[in-house]
Amino acid sequence: MRRLRALWEWMDRRLQLAAPIVDMARHRVPRSTASWAYVFGSVTLVLFLLQIVTGVCLALTYVPSAAGAWSSLQTLNHDVPAGWFLRAMHFWGSTFMVGVLLVHMAQVFLFGAFKYPRELTWMFGVILLLCTLGMAFTGQVLRFDQDAYWGIGIGASIMGRIPLIGASLVHLLLGGPIIAGDTLSRFFALHVFIVPGLLLTFAALHVWMVLKLGINEWPMPGRVVTRERYVREYEELTRKDGIPFVPDAFQKDLTAAGLVVLAVIACAAFFGPYGPSGPPDPTIVRANPRPDFFFLWLYAALSLLPRDLETPLLLTAPVIGLALIFLLPLYSGVGEKHWSRRPLSVLGVLFVGVVFAALTWYAEKTPWSPHMDAWSGDPLPARYLKSRSPLERQGALVLQGKQCRNCHALDGAGGQRGPALDEVATRLTEDELIRQVLQGGGNMPAYAKNLSPPEVTALVAFLETLRGEHLAPARDPAQLELRKATAASPAQP
Amino acid sequence: MDNDVARPPSRRLALLRVGLVLNSAAAILLGIPLVRYFVTPGKKRVMHEDHAWVTLGAIDQFPEGETRLATFRNPFRRPWDGATSDIPCWVRHLSGEKFQVFAINCAHLGCPVHWFPQSALFLCPCHGGAYYQDGSLAAGPPPRGLFEYRYKVEHGELAILAGRLPTLAESA
Repeated sequence: MRRLRALWEWMDRRLQLAAPIVDMARHRVPRSTASWAYVFGSVTLVLFLLQIVTGVCLALTYVPSAAGAWSSLQTLNHDVPAGWFLRAMHFWGSTFMVGVLLVHMAQVFLFGAFKYPRELTWMFGVILLLCTLGMAFTGQVLRFDQDAYWGIGIGASIMGRIPLIGASLVHLLLGGPIIAGDTLSRFFALHVFIVPGLLLTFAALHVWMVLKLGINEWPMPGRVVTRERYVREYEELTRKDGIPFVPDAFQKDLTAAGLVVLAVIACAAFFGPYGPSGPPDPTIVRANPRPDFFFLWLYAALSLLPRDLETPLLLTAPVIGLALIFLLPLYSGVGEKHWSRRPLSVLGVLFVGVVFAALTWYAEKTPWSPHMDAWSGDPLPARYLKSRSPLERQGALVLQGKQCRNCHALDGAGGQRGPALDEVATRLTEDELIRQVLQGGGNMPAYAKNLSPPEVTALVAFLETLRGEHLAPARDPAQLELRKATAASPAQP
Repeated sequence: MDNDVARPPSRRLALLRVGLVLNSAAAILLGIPLVRYFVTPGKKRVMHEDHAWVTLGAIDQFPEGETRLATFRNPFRRPWDGATSDIPCWVRHLSGEKFQVFAINCAHLGCPVHWFPQSALFLCPCHGGAYYQDGSLAAGPPPRGLFEYRYKVEHGELAILAGRLPTLAESA
């Protein structure tokens, strides 16, 4: 023990690090900051370090080439001892990192920690958020499977919508005219060198500012931030009612980090690694690309935007949204910090949370995607064919054979792109059914060129029988009026 | 011993200027090729040379009146491209030497469209874009019909002008 101590003293006479580290550890912070609400930043940092460790380990086996990446992941999953576990740790670590980062951001926002003098800390935090999402996307590309291949295509297609420089940006993103070997090399450099470099730099500056400016005190309603008094008040608070950061406040950070890393290990061990899905072979066209969890909300939003608004919204909304978040401390840098005095901010967080959750849930169900196999895979419910005329049964065959079920469900089975047809005859009259089938409209293609007149007659005859349980068929109000009028005056000459 | 402080400032710091000039020159000399290297894929001149004629094979593989999947090899493939160097497309043989060759990529966000001969529709699995057999938009979010390759028939073979990912900025 004494020898170890002597060795350390010998080293530190040269290193000169002990004194600044002790100073940093013992620096006083307001008592109120030793709270569970304040642990998310440090947990994010720990998760980032964990990602570096598992990422470096994966790089020992991973082959960053379009020809070899996918099979090297198979090797990691199946051949290399604990390879699957490292992949799982890296995937679950990234999921937790994005999640905890968002909680950290919401907490900082609700506690007004972005206000004077911590404006730049917030702005660098926003850059860190973007870098983390960049890591999530590039990491998904490095998994170089079917989803990754078509995912890059989605990214390129979004970029291609930018006016004037769109084409150049697509080529820059892909490292060439098309998704190929150079694309993966590019994303590898981004994921392993460029973005992590940015993350390390900005994370260091972010933590440096937290140390220098002090941890945001627990906000109180009515305690208003002003540029003139704040720093003095904060210093007084830490002097009068302060505690050393280590160990008093640090103990909760340490506990939380331990718990979260254990949770990552549990998820990795229990759920295992994610993917890779099918090989990145574009000639396998029966792919069903899905983005990773963090981008599902975007995937859902892209199905919901009206066609004419899509490009303008895609190009402006992210810029405006990011500018609003990034510049937040510049237009809201002083004043009340407490959430009870900032109802709009609370509403904003709730709104964003609900929108993200709803879109993600929606993207899990993908009701907008046709079910490509429904026409051949989902049988027609037998009761819909009971005591039906030959014409109506022929119509049922047309319905299956022309793949209507890919978009329309019957008895809960089939696509959800169009409305379920179980009660269609209660909504549309015969004439309306014919018109809808022939001309389409409202997101339905027109089938006039692809159905013969007998097929249309049979199909509509079958659709006419779909009325649910004891429901009246749809009637044409004009016809109804006409019938009433003739019934009321039977004695007309 | 330390005479530096005593010297007049202009001479004492003369090397500082030299150093700054040398390093600026180095930064520029290094920076120009670096930036060029980085932006080359997006340069206009390079982009105009990014497609070439590739053959899809003999035209009798494509029965008249039908739409079939064909694949071609990326004309600019590199040895390490792996499976990504073979690219699919949909070939519709109208009659004689009249064809339509559609890109696999949906005009909405580039996902692979599937052809359904029974309903004569192309359907996209991502967001439900639908196209008629002639590639025109039938329903869903795409802002236009399917991208079409330029084609020619030579010596009984169908060739298309291909090599880049079709997007709204640059069609096939």
